[in-house]
Amino acid sequence: MYPKERALQISTRQAGNAIVVDVVGDIDLYNSPEVRKTLLMALREKRAPRVVVNLSAVKYIDSSGVASLVEGLKISRDLGSRFILYGLSPAAREVLELSRLIKVFEVVDSEAQALA
Amino acid sequence: MSYNLKMELSSDPRLLRVVRSAVEQLAQELGLDEAECRRVTLAVDEAITNIIRHAYQNQPGQPIEITCSRHGAEAGGDGPDRLEILLQDRGRAADSSEMHGRPLDEIRPGGLGLHLIREAMDEVEYQREGQTNQLRLVKYLRGKDSG
Repeated sequence: MYPKERALQISTRQAGNAIVVDVVGDIDLYNSPEVRKTLLMALREKRAPRVVVNLSAVKYIDSSGVASLVEGLKISRDLGSRFILYGLSPAAREVLELSRLIKVFEVVDSEAQALA
Repeated sequence: MSYNLKMELSSDPRLLRVVRSAVEQLAQELGLDEAECRRVTLAVDEAITNIIRHAYQNQPGQPIEITCSRHGAEAGGDGPDRLEILLQDRGRAADSSEMHGRPLDEIRPGGLGLHLIREAMDEVEYQREGQTNQLRLVKYLRGKDSG
């Protein structure tokens, strides 16, 4: 059985003018709507000029999770804000590579780089 | 040594995590390395996601059957040593035009699942048998120390 800590937890925090979205756990069809909702809120309602998604505690992401990230990216482009991913696990990086989307996203290694 | 694992589940996305856990551990048992275990697990997850979303159109409580088995000489049969995973459902038949995935140069959400399945597995075969959709996924166990 997967450990319980791999159930999804998602929270946001302010870091300067950026909103950091901390995601913990696996992202799949069951919980990707929650990720989508949080990203859309940060981008559309809070109008953060920079949204940083911390994926360092995400060990698994499937195409529905990737679709939520793509939607966040598209909205950020429409609004002229930045959308940055950091802390990709090997599994998350692999799914983005297999999807041929890794180069579409702004991906950095650390939160410091994302906020610089 | 022969391996068989059969799971019957309902079309509930909450069960994806449970299935991933079982498939990942089975792939490990068969000697696949970490990256290959992740790929097999991803393929099965994406296949179930497609069944729930497209075959059953998000209708809960519908049956999905997953049979994982080892084939080939190591399992006392013919052909290359391989893990075969057969997913069966009784939902809407797949539209053959949807079975090719979508162009990846288009940046938009959705439509990635089948592409990921094809990338992750060595063989992918779909057929409609009566009222049943059958998706057969194959991963070769080339030279693996698979006991």
